[in-house]
Amino acid sequence: MSGSPFLVLSAILFTIGCVGVLTRRNAIVVFMCVELMLNASNLALVTFARVNGNLDGQVAAFFVMVVAAAEVVVGLAIIMTIFRTRRSASVDDASLLKY
Amino acid sequence: MVAFWILSPIMVLAALGLLFARKAVHAALLLAVVMIGLSVLYLVQDAPFLFTVQIIVYTGAILMLFLFVLMLVGVDASDSIVETIRGQRLMAVGVGLLFGVVLVVLVGQVALGTPTGLAQANADGNLPGLAQLLFSKYVFAFEATSALLITAAVGAMVLAHRERITPKLTQADRAAQRMRDYAEKGTHLGPLPSPGVFARHNAVDTPALLPDGTPAQTSVSRILMTHGTVKPAPRHDIEQLTATMDDGARPRGPIDGDPTVHGETENVDGAPTPDGRSSS
Repeated sequence: MSGSPFLVLSAILFTIGCVGVLTRRNAIVVFMCVELMLNASNLALVTFARVNGNLDGQVAAFFVMVVAAAEVVVGLAIIMTIFRTRRSASVDDASLLKY
Repeated sequence: MVAFWILSPIMVLAALGLLFARKAVHAALLLAVVMIGLSVLYLVQDAPFLFTVQIIVYTGAILMLFLFVLMLVGVDASDSIVETIRGQRLMAVGVGLLFGVVLVVLVGQVALGTPTGLAQANADGNLPGLAQLLFSKYVFAFEATSALLITAAVGAMVLAHRERITPKLTQADRAAQRMRDYAEKGTHLGPLPSPGVFARHNAVDTPALLPDGTPAQTSVSRILMTHGTVKPAPRHDIEQLTATMDDGARPRGPIDGDPTVHGETENVDGAPTPDGRSSS
């Protein structure tokens, strides 16, 4: 089948992830929405790999997964540290640098 | 093809659920649905290796890490409804819709032509093909990845590490502290009363009854109390208890099901628990 439906699905998922990052307040859910965006871009990469008939897109998706894993590890550690000191996982509570 | 049309509505719905789920745990489970759906789509698109990696790394490791942190942070760390910036949500949804429409229209306009397909690239297997690329063309990126992973692991360890500021309390210290509390404040020296009435109920969530029929507040866990899952001692149990009193004395304290005489004892029928829910 043509690659377009996959790309449209990827675009929809990316948009939903985007809106989630903008609207959700819980830092962990925001993180999940970032993961959703990364996954959506992975789908586009895999689709392009199939459309172009070479494996470069799949390698790129693999690298995105590795980077996402590293990002999640560090991000969740930061969320844990903030939660320890402020007893809150809300992104709006960590606003001390504003003042 | 069939897989795509079955999975894509499920995935979009699950992703939308991510936006509207009140509890973070539900959001994590919905994200798992999206990720498993994506892995099947990878399989459909001739990427068996990425299918496996998606299941193992994303659904298995990353999402479990998410759930683990959620449990550490507290399951009820839900979002508040009050907006910090007025109208932020509405604007975010508007901008998001606009962005989505632009993206979908743009992608829909692009003529991709007939897909070449990976039959030739996957001729001697998907995994050997990927390995060939990974260790020749992308070998430097691959090496950089290892540095990135090491840095992330060390960073997580540094961030999660906590230096102990006070010395660790030993059993002797705790005993001495108890004796001090008894001497200064008259705190009860012995162990706390155990929960449960006649062991008829799931005993940890039912407060024990004192001899005069009042529920012993210290017999149930503080955590259960704040969660609002503490059940009152059933009325007929108390009546049974008081009926066996040979002088027929009524319990002097407030008993279950009698909200009028309940002052600060909150775990009775109909009386609101601290979080506003009824305990029954």
